[in-house]
Amino acid sequence: MKADTIIHAQGLNLTFETNDGPVHALKDVNLEINKGDFVSFIGPSGCGKTTFLRCIAGLEIPTGGEISVNGMTPDEARMARAYGYVFQAAGLYPWRTIGGNIKLPLEIMGFSKAEQAERVARVLDLVDLAGFEKKFPWQLSGGMQQRASIARALAFDADILLMDEPFGALDEIVRDHLNEQLLHLWARTEKTIGFVTHSIPEAVYLSTKIVVMSPRPGRITDVIDSPLPKERPLDIRDTPEFIEIAHRVRDGLRAGHVDD
Amino acid sequence: MKSLLPVLTVVGAILLFWVVSVVPMNIHLTADQAQRQDIVVTPDTPVARQEYSGIGLALRNTHLFGMAYTLERPRLPSPHQVAVELWNTIALQNITSRRSLVYHGWVTLSATLLGFAIGTGLGILLAVGIVYNKAMDMSVMPWAIASQTIPILALAPMIIVMLGAIGIQGLFPKAVISAYLSFFPVVVGMVKGLRSPDGMQLDLLRTYYASPAQGFWKLRLPASVPYLFASLKIGISASLVGAIVAELPTGARAGFGARMLVGDQYGQPLVTWAALFAAAITAAALVGLFSMIERWTLRRMGMHAA
Repeated sequence: MKADTIIHAQGLNLTFETNDGPVHALKDVNLEINKGDFVSFIGPSGCGKTTFLRCIAGLEIPTGGEISVNGMTPDEARMARAYGYVFQAAGLYPWRTIGGNIKLPLEIMGFSKAEQAERVARVLDLVDLAGFEKKFPWQLSGGMQQRASIARALAFDADILLMDEPFGALDEIVRDHLNEQLLHLWARTEKTIGFVTHSIPEAVYLSTKIVVMSPRPGRITDVIDSPLPKERPLDIRDTPEFIEIAHRVRDGLRAGHVDD
Repeated sequence: MKSLLPVLTVVGAILLFWVVSVVPMNIHLTADQAQRQDIVVTPDTPVARQEYSGIGLALRNTHLFGMAYTLERPRLPSPHQVAVELWNTIALQNITSRRSLVYHGWVTLSATLLGFAIGTGLGILLAVGIVYNKAMDMSVMPWAIASQTIPILALAPMIIVMLGAIGIQGLFPKAVISAYLSFFPVVVGMVKGLRSPDGMQLDLLRTYYASPAQGFWKLRLPASVPYLFASLKIGISASLVGAIVAELPTGARAGFGARMLVGDQYGQPLVTWAALFAAAITAAALVGLFSMIERWTLRRMGMHAA
């Protein structure tokens, strides 16, 4: 384990007991994520990509193996508020304004009123929602709501940002735009990002490291370190390098696919 | 005001049905009275008239229609008679008079509001217990449901008599029966409301390492507000019914229930009908008031009324 390793999983197993017998959600997962990495988890449904993210967050307890976050157990890391989590849906509270929603974690963590206001203004600016503080969620589009939920996850300055298919429910144009913004945000904040997706272009465009997973049992079939530069305009997706990585991801997905 | 036309249409249809029903309902009484005033009636004996239905007798005595609408003690009063009685007992009486429906209304309303407050408070407490305590979840709900299957008309005199035996009389026993009817919708609505946050919203709070108390005040309670208002609107009208029912079997001397009973026992249907309408108007006003509070609250909370 190197000094700048943030997340370290070794021989991780997770079995759900169901009425139809045990389900191997994760089997023998080994992975290291370094500080500042943008790691995408890609694979078909049931491959355990979301489950692995939830294990990092301490929302699921592995049944075997080891996982550490910032050198702590995931539960300790959760207590230390080491990460911000962005869910598939924005999940903003309809009775709170956008500003009020971003204040939610700050209130829970006991920040002072003045600091809350200062942080809300800063993260709203970061996701290009300055001026929307007093609006209610229903007054915003789906893409804006999801940006607000990212702002909420950024508000308390956790080093790690975990995102579970955050743009899955949005249309492709909005998604492209948000992907671009997310890269800028990542460059400005230097956070470590874990990003679950089922879109190959999205994974290749965003990531420094792509983790390809396959189902039954959920496992890692390939880990690709992206040679793409940090600076990525949208048209990088037409370059031969990009297409080559996308091919490798697709091959990895196909290899893991069992026809049953 | 798009909803006004359909509402008025229904009200008009009910009024029409009412007006049309007055003649056949009252025709036997009218015929008896007309005969005493030497008006010719067919057939000419009460016994013979009993052979006819209301409609049959009315068709043979069309000249009695006018009288049927103005009987002093009709079987079915006409709408204008009820309106006049309401006007006389609401507007033309001193509100402290025993003949004033405002006075009787306040007697019933004060028990209603006290009972509603007790029932709502109890309902919310029970709902919180059910949501946060597994033992209460398994034990309280069946009892709450069972409590609502007992006819309140059978239970009310027992509660009044038992509370009377330990020296509690007047407003409070009636409020207990109001509370008994109004806590149930609040329990059901609040349990549903407090459980309405989905798994993702609960997970979000876990990622913040929020305490259970923070989860209650910041998520579950605000999420339950729309459900609470739906329950309050049912609860307030149930409370009013409870207070009236509490007045019926106990010989209460004041309140809407007492007026209904008095009208019935002394053969003054107008008194009963006026009390009935006053109670219905009060219930509608209370529900309307809570609808307004609901709309105002939800708008302030940034949500739309359900």
